[in-house]
Parts: sequence; C-alpha cells; structure tokens
Amino acid sequence: MTLSILELRGVEKSFGRNHVLRGVDLDVAPGQSLVVLGGSGSGKSVMLKNALGLMTPDAGNIFFDGEDVTRDQGRSRDAMRARIGMLFQSAALFDSLTVWENVAFRLIHADRLKRKEAKERAIASLKKVRLGASVADLRPAELSGGMQKRVGLARAIISEPDLIFFDEPTTGLDPITADAINDLIIEQVKGLGAASISITHDMASARKIADEIAMLFEGKIIWRGPASMIDHSGNAYVDQFVHGRAEGPIQPSI
Amino acid sequence: MSNASTKTSGGFPNPLQWIGVGILATCQELGRLAIFASRVKFAALTPRWFVGAILRQMVSIGFYSLPVVGLSAIFIGAALALNIYSGGSRFGAEQFVPTIVVLGITRELGVVITGLMLAGRVSAGIAAEVGAMRVTEQIDALKTLSANPFRYLYAPRFLAAMVTLPILVLIADIIGVMGGWLVSTQALDFDSTVYLRNTLDFVTIEDVAVGLIKAVVFGGVIAIMGCYHGANSKAGATGVGRAATLSMVSAAVLVLGLNYVMSTLFESIGL
Ligand SMILES: Nc1ncnc2c1ncn2[C@@H]1O[C@H](COP(=O)(O)OP(=O)(O)OP(=O)(O)O)[C@@H](O)[C@H]1O
Ligand SMILES: [Mg+2]
Repeated sequence: MTLSILELRGVEKSFGRNHVLRGVDLDVAPGQSLVVLGGSGSGKSVMLKNALGLMTPDAGNIFFDGEDVTRDQGRSRDAMRARIGMLFQSAALFDSLTVWENVAFRLIHADRLKRKEAKERAIASLKKVRLGASVADLRPAELSGGMQKRVGLARAIISEPDLIFFDEPTTGLDPITADAINDLIIEQVKGLGAASISITHDMASARKIADEIAMLFEGKIIWRGPASMIDHSGNAYVDQFVHGRAEGPIQPSI
Repeated sequence: MSNASTKTSGGFPNPLQWIGVGILATCQELGRLAIFASRVKFAALTPRWFVGAILRQMVSIGFYSLPVVGLSAIFIGAALALNIYSGGSRFGAEQFVPTIVVLGITRELGVVITGLMLAGRVSAGIAAEVGAMRVTEQIDALKTLSANPFRYLYAPRFLAAMVTLPILVLIADIIGVMGGWLVSTQALDFDSTVYLRNTLDFVTIEDVAVGLIKAVVFGGVIAIMGCYHGANSKAGATGVGRAATLSMVSAAVLVLGLNYVMSTLFESIGL
C-alpha cells in the first residue's frame, strides 16, 4: 500500500450546536482521484477547509505526507500549502487584481517570479481551462460565473501541486466545457501524479474522474469504494444519492 | 463564545448573570482585539513588506482624503475665528484671534477633525473591503496561496495610515489657519500681514508636533479598527455593512478618547 499524501482521522467540527463533522476518516494516495459526494450542507466544504488548516478541527488529526499538521502555523503551514492547490466553491478570486495576476498570485508573491514570466505561465494555465489570452487583463467581475470558476481552476493548478482540492469544479459550466475540465483533472492526476479530492454533485463528472468515490452523510464517511462499484454499492443512502431520488433513507431535515 | 449565552436554570433571568456575561464578552472581545493589533504591529515591523500594497494604500488613504480633510479644516478654522472674535470682543481681547486659532488648530482641532473624518472615510472603507474579502473567501484564498493576510492586507493599511495621517494633519493645520485668516481679513477687519505675523510668531514647533504625534496614533487606530471589524465580518451584505458601521463608530470614539488621554499626557510633561 502506498503512503497516503493526506489523511483525516476522526475529524470533528461543530459550529455552536451544529455538529457538521462527527468523525471523518479519509485518505488519498498520490496519483489517486477521490470524489466525495454528499448532500448540500453536509459539510464537504468544511471538510476541505479543515484539511487545509483554514479551520481547526475540534477533535481528530490531519496528516499531510505522514506529518501531523493539525495545528501547524507559520512556515510549516506555508510549506504544506505550497504543495496544495485549492479551487474554492465560490472561486474566491481577488477582485482588486486582474485575471492573470490572480492565476499567477503564488508565482509572483511566494515564488517571486518576474512578472513577465509569471504572466506567460498564467496564460498557459488559462489555456488549459479553455480561456484565451484575451481574458488575462480583465477583472474577475467582468467574467461570467463559469469563467470565474475556470480562472480559479487555473490558479489552483498553476504550480503543479501534489494535492489538489476541487470544490465543485464543473458546477455552472456547459456540458462541453465541463467535460474539458474533467479531462484536465484526469491529466493533473494521471499525467503529473498528483492526488486530488473533488467534491461534486455532477454524477457524470464523478464517474469520469473518480478512481474511488466516498460519501459524506451526517458528519461521517458512510461508504467508500471504487468508482465502478458506485451502482452496486449495496448502500441505500448511496443508491438514493446516485439516482437522485427524493424517496429513500435520506430525508430533508425540516 | 457559545457558552456565554447560557440561560439560568430557574428560567427567571438573573440580572447579575447578565452583567457577568456582558463583562466576560467584553473582555473576550478586547482580548481578541489586542491579539489582532499586536499581530498587525508585528507584521508591520518585520519583513517582508509588500511595498506595492503600501504605496497603493498611501494613495487611497492619504491622497484621496485630501478634499474632505481640506474642506473640513477650512470651515473649522473659519468658524473658530468668528467665535473667538465674538467671545473675545466682550472683554476687548479681539487681538488674540490669530494666536488662539493657530493654537486650537495645531494642538487639537486639526488632528481631531482629520481623525474623525478618516474614521468615517478610511476605517469604514477598510472594514467594508476586508469584510467583503472575508465573506467571499478571498482571505482564505490568500492563505492557501501562502500569503499571510497580516502582511499582505493589514500591515500595508496600518503603515500607510500611520505615515499619511500626520501629513494630512499638517495640511489640515495650514488650511485651518488659512480659514481663520480668510474670515478675519475678509469679514472682520484684521490686517493680513499683522494677522500672519501674529500667527507665526506665536506658534511653536511643539504645538505642531503635539498634533502630529497624535496623528500617528490615530492613523494606527483607524486602520486597525477597519481591519479588525472587516476580518470578523459576518456573511452577507448586512454583515459587511455592520462591520463598516462598527469600525467607524469604534474608531471615532477611540480617536476622541485617546485625544483626551494624550492631551493630558502632553500637558503633564509640559509639551
Ligand atoms: N464559517 C461557518 N460558520 C458557521 N457555520 C458554518 C460555517 N461554514 C459552514 N457552516 C455550516 O456548516 C454546514 C456545512 O457547510 P458546507 O459549506 O461544508 O456544506 P457543503 O457540504 O459544502 O454544501 P454545498 O454542497 O451546498 O456546498 C452548514 O450547515 C453551514 O451552515
Ligand atoms: Mg460546499
């Protein structure tokens, strides 16, 4: 068994009385593409933020490359983040900067590249997400939602990280662009040997990009298996989610 | 904190408990603010500095505040001259108008008016900008890209405000005195040369320095209140709006309070 690059062990996180994560166990190995499914509000984004250290878990541990990074700060935290790319659900582009400055942000500020070289690499990264050089000098506010998402994606992959989090990479994209993004994720993982955790509601995308699929429900990973098993999971909750049925064991909390 | 709102077991509200909860919550808030402020100061005093960001903030905090500061100063100077004239004329002391105007402006009004106007324009502006960045996850994004928000966002605002506020106050001092001079020579019958000579003979370096020292402190307070409330902004347009209001009110009250404290201090050391 290969050493996992990221491991969450018994991670718990609550907001007041809202117990979002109640003991999440999850790991991902280099070269592996893991898709996490789960209902809206089930805590998928919160899980990624805990893994990145943007939130501190109430209990449990996070291991990155074998090291316990749960409470890391400063330099060691930066060293970890330098190896991780993150696509935020909301894209989270800096609206005071141009598109290319957004994409090249890490290159300019952390890696101290020359602006000219950084811009060239930003444009190359934009090309991978099917955006032309013409958008490079625009501001994020001048782009559509789907275009912003792709700029966020270009920013997440530009420094060829070892681990990439994609929070709903294909939401808001047309089917053709969505499929190009699927190919891009596969290329990052298979071509560059990165590990990825993708959150998605898009089952077509999940089937295409996932090596393994896990499902988050009521604060725990209730099922995990190879992508090919998703239709025969033997788990009523997964079945209901995959087939998008309103009837079943998962009931909206009203 | 979540446990700060626990109800009494009897169901009847206990006033002592309310007071206790209130005091505890205030202490926690002050503690958080103190930690935040010391982290901003540390980031401002140690490398690495984002020079581009500092210069941009100096333009937006300093340069774009010139109109509002200049207008406020000229009106305050003019009104001050009129009031001193009508007050002084009751016991034949009209000739003190230029000296009292320059003293009042440099030691007190120039810096207080500039501080209050910037508590509105700059502190609320910073809080709204930082708050919007927080609720749209841009601050989280900064961290994931290994840019420390204390260095990249807060320290440049803090440094820029501390550098530009004294400059603005110096300009407000000059324009305020000009306001007094304008009214005195146009509406009252002061001689222009005599007025200016009285002003310049009377004012000392110390009078001006007192205002400038206050200005440095106010600059820091204004920037920190904006950053702090923005960084703790709650989600949504109402959350960001509330952060802007809170930062403006707290910065304005702190400016007035600290002004009094520093005036007492300077008085006691004979400045
Ligand atoms: N900063 C926060 N403060 C308080 N509560 C939060 C915070 N962030 C998330 N939550 C709560 O945590 C729960 C899970 O949120 P999260 O964003 O992780 O959901 P999600 O699974 O990503 O849903 P979606 O698919 O809609 O994006 C929600 O109930 C949300 O209200
Ligand atoms: Mg989410």
